[in-house]
Amino acid sequence: MSKLRVVHYINNFFAGVGGEEKADIPPQARDGVVGPGLALSKALGEEAEIVGTIICGDSYFGENTKSAKEEMLKLIEMYNPDIFVAGPAFNAGRYGFACGEMATFIEEELQIPVVSAMYKENPGVDMFKRDMHIIETEISAADMRNAVPKMAKLVLKLAKGEEVGSPAEEGYHERGIRVNYFHEKRGSERGVGLLVKKMNGEECVTEYPMPVFDRVDPLPAVADITKVKVAIVTSGGIVPQGNPDRIESSSATKYGIYDISGMNDLSADDFMTVHGGYDRAFVTENPNLVVPLDVMREMEQEGVIGELANYFVTTTGTGTSVGNAKGFGEHFARKLVEDGVGAVILTST
Amino acid sequence: MVKEVERAGIPVVHLATVVPISLTIGANRIVPGIGIPYPLGDPTLGEVKSKKIRRSIVEQALTALQTEVDGQTVFEM
Repeated sequence: MSKLRVVHYINNFFAGVGGEEKADIPPQARDGVVGPGLALSKALGEEAEIVGTIICGDSYFGENTKSAKEEMLKLIEMYNPDIFVAGPAFNAGRYGFACGEMATFIEEELQIPVVSAMYKENPGVDMFKRDMHIIETEISAADMRNAVPKMAKLVLKLAKGEEVGSPAEEGYHERGIRVNYFHEKRGSERGVGLLVKKMNGEECVTEYPMPVFDRVDPLPAVADITKVKVAIVTSGGIVPQGNPDRIESSSATKYGIYDISGMNDLSADDFMTVHGGYDRAFVTENPNLVVPLDVMREMEQEGVIGELANYFVTTTGTGTSVGNAKGFGEHFARKLVEDGVGAVILTST
Repeated sequence: MVKEVERAGIPVVHLATVVPISLTIGANRIVPGIGIPYPLGDPTLGEVKSKKIRRSIVEQALTALQTEVDGQTVFEM
């Protein structure tokens, strides 16, 4: 049985060409192993061999990504590989980016298994973990002798079609992929079991790590709201009839900004709700239950508030990821600031 | 979204029906809503009463915005 053919991708530094001053070298190919390829070759053992090493300067790759990828695809194809290994990149950001880009590209073009390895803070991890396996390493190249065997083991499994274990088992960064399986005990039993352990002061490990929500220091109070422009934001999914921007009923990927100038209330003829997480009957008849335009317009006319912004911001809260919601907030907050909004009422169902 | 508005420097009050969620996420000024399908009002009591309730909740929200807080605070009606 012939050995699996491996092509290894490394950068200028690990190729021994040079440091920062050589980060601009264009792609080149060398037969056999170069630099850390030696360790990789040993870890791969009898089943595979490195037939070629592709080298590229990290800055060259960053500045010429498209052409560098195409050029290296041609170089790699000549080796007719069964496996592609990139890095390890440890904490080197440009290198991590190059490894991730090359690996996902080669996987798609040549339909062969790929692997890389990076430290958790390498931006390449967040960019590529969903699309490929990235072994977790320590921060520096001192971790080479731990990282390389894990890379070899994992990529050989992928090449042989063997089952790949969990991130904890194989040592790769969590990919954000949920895998369902049947546990021998029901969830209720396991839940009670955890509680009993906790009460006994024994170690209890959560089955699902809860996200950590950060905190923002409260801003000082508004001095005089009668002088302030107030804007309404909602997660209750209020949109114009027909939902022109196709905001989702759940797990929203977008938000909308809709004009309310001249309106004294939100009419059921003009507005609807798309939110899939509550009974829509009441709000369909009266959207002011979620976006209180009727009372706020009155308050504006009475001088209770300085001014009402002439639009409201909306999205659907249910199922929407924290990441997306944070992104929306960052984005529309800029507009609110530009428009001189001095206070926000954010309504949620 | 509440936190991002606050981070941008705009005082914000969260009018939320599920206050424990608002507290967990980290909103600083919170006013409880009436019911999940009708946070700002109570249509089961008729339109007139419902609108009065809506007005008083929004007034409470404005009070919250004008009140100094040193941590998360729920402004019950």
